[in-house]
Amino acid sequence: MKFYRSHVLVCIDPECRSKGAYEVLDALQDELVANGLIDEVQVLETSRIGGCDQGPEIMVYPEGVHYANLTPDDMAFIVEEHFLKGRIAKKFLLPITSVVDEELSAPTPKEIRIVLRNCGKIDPQNIEDYIAEDGYMALAKVLTEMTPEDVIDEVMKSGLRGRGGAGFPTAKKWSFARASAGTPKYLICNADEGDPGAFMNRRVLEGDPHAVIEGMAIAAYAIGCNQGYIYCRAEYPIAVSTLRLGIQQAREMGLLGQNILGTDFSFDLEVRMGAGAFVCGEETALMASIEGKRGEPRPRPPFPAVSGLWGKPTNINNVETYANVPQIILKGADWYASMGTEKSKGTKTFALAGDVKHTGLIEVPLGITLREIIFDVGGGIKDNKGFKAVQTGGPMGGCLPSEYLDLSVDYEALTAAGSMMGSGGMVVMDDETCMVDIARFFMEFTQDESCGKCTPCRVGTRRILDILDRICAGKGEDGDIELLEQLSQEIRTNSLCGLGQGAPNPVISTLKHFRHEYEAHIYEKKCPAKVCKALIRYEILPEACTGCTVCARNCPVGAITGERRGVHVIDSDICVRCGICQQVCNFNAVVVR
Amino acid sequence: MTIGSIDNQKITEVVDRVIAHHGATMDELIPILNDVNKELGYLPGEALKQISKHLHVPRSQLFAVSSFYQMLSTKPRGRHVIQFCESAPCHVVGGREVWKTLREELKLEANETSPDGKWTLATTSCLGLCSVGPVIIIDDDVYGNLTPDQIPGILARYS
Repeated sequence: MKFYRSHVLVCIDPECRSKGAYEVLDALQDELVANGLIDEVQVLETSRIGGCDQGPEIMVYPEGVHYANLTPDDMAFIVEEHFLKGRIAKKFLLPITSVVDEELSAPTPKEIRIVLRNCGKIDPQNIEDYIAEDGYMALAKVLTEMTPEDVIDEVMKSGLRGRGGAGFPTAKKWSFARASAGTPKYLICNADEGDPGAFMNRRVLEGDPHAVIEGMAIAAYAIGCNQGYIYCRAEYPIAVSTLRLGIQQAREMGLLGQNILGTDFSFDLEVRMGAGAFVCGEETALMASIEGKRGEPRPRPPFPAVSGLWGKPTNINNVETYANVPQIILKGADWYASMGTEKSKGTKTFALAGDVKHTGLIEVPLGITLREIIFDVGGGIKDNKGFKAVQTGGPMGGCLPSEYLDLSVDYEALTAAGSMMGSGGMVVMDDETCMVDIARFFMEFTQDESCGKCTPCRVGTRRILDILDRICAGKGEDGDIELLEQLSQEIRTNSLCGLGQGAPNPVISTLKHFRHEYEAHIYEKKCPAKVCKALIRYEILPEACTGCTVCARNCPVGAITGERRGVHVIDSDICVRCGICQQVCNFNAVVVR
Repeated sequence: MTIGSIDNQKITEVVDRVIAHHGATMDELIPILNDVNKELGYLPGEALKQISKHLHVPRSQLFAVSSFYQMLSTKPRGRHVIQFCESAPCHVVGGREVWKTLREELKLEANETSPDGKWTLATTSCLGLCSVGPVIIIDDDVYGNLTPDQIPGILARYS
């Protein structure tokens, strides 16, 4: 093994790449070669260093110096200053304490990082980095010291449940697949993370792909299967290429393929890409897609453990579920089960988004309260506004109001409250959010992504969306609320898969907790949050208006009239509610009613 | 790859090469369609006909698959495909204005292709790049933290 005096990590995340990270990397290497330093300084690619908003960026070890805002032309200066003269190039220095990783910042005291532990710390394209962090030790332990039954027992004891959202006990799923007659058996990793705003799995696949590969190999051993697929969305090209490289490196090291680590266990993996269909995250639709069919769900039973891919017994788990497995094997079920609640053990990653101060990825022990997540980990509501609601579980989840802030975040409690765990999206909304508009937005999404196979989902979501559109446009009628409730109930009970069954959740939960907003829209023709354009009016305060004519000159539809130095008036019938007058007024005379 | 006909020879060449690479089995169908779509810009009827022969699958079934997935197109596409992320996180950080500028600059609406065959404007579901929204992808290039005034400069990079 070669020894280097310095290591330079170059961030090659999509964000940094879009700003020219590869050009910087090439220039750096050229400079090192030109200065004869290439044998002393090793350049590595990494997934994430700090805040990519200041990218491209590099990190130099052992000093731990972080340079940001780089261009290829700066490399000559940095190489000369830092590596030849041994001085820190202050001009590009960005103190690491002030670095904000927009996706994944340093863990707060309430966080525990298990799944995300390696993300941003190791080079995901180098299997040796993973091995140095005890990577593949769990696989070795399993293959040499444990029977498949031992593995299932250990995972059972840990209490690990499906992290894709449904929360089915992982070991139970494995034992079904193991007991199921029929060969060959297949193992699938569901990496079709489609919920808007949720990118936990992408980060793991791009930052620590071997944790998933190792977890899958362990599961395959427990179940008794030799072929696995990772089904990744086509929207994640970097995750796909990182995985492919990881699989290839694992094969070269004998950690995948025939007779792994000299045992008689053989297992190989292939990556399959989707082609842009949200519903393919549903397990039966996902399998149909791998088989080369339309990604449409089918009724269960038979469950995949009995008849899955190509009609064979199949085990499907989510990225995060597999990524937990190596740590459980290494550190023991008791360690894992010591975190969480009675029925929901361990940690869960969430993508915190919306009107919260610190957005990004977090990993917290289950059983933490929503209040702790939003206010302690997330830093509270942005701009010191009030908290209104939090939406958990992605587009099929529900909105929970402030009464639920002390709710324990676990599978049962969230479901009982009318929401769900889901894959881990968490959208925080401040008091200026219109809940009818939010319900409409999510309905638009599920309507668009409905595969169209079953009628309740295909037609029902359309009808709900039509009604919500009408309400937001100020044309709500008496009876709309009851109709929404009835439709929601029918779609929920009669749809084929989780997409349809969950689609009405945003409507049901907002109707339950924010019914008065619907009533205000329908009966008073008012949008309390002043969001729905048809229900708001722009007005000019006569006492504040100076008659400067700026608003009238900027109005795109000529809705504002008034003499110079006289009070101006907006004609509500002409006004299109674009809000330009409010933006241009220097005297805060334009208000929304 | 422009609008208009792609000659059958080119189609045969691409289809044969892609199928030789992946193998003529059903579990490779979506990778095959993805690659052919990428190389030819879309999936012409002739390509589906040839794939159908190789894989011994009815053409109707291939059409059913091709029309299901958002990233596969059975209609000709422009030389450059712009994918605009229309998900909530991008929407709330200024995506609306970027989308408006794109449509105005290109004089196209969603899923339209310009008459000269240069651009196709498409929307895509969440790309998971939510922390740098609004995001667009042109061909394989990702652009994040977009503002409307950056759009003309970015478009000018493509010929």
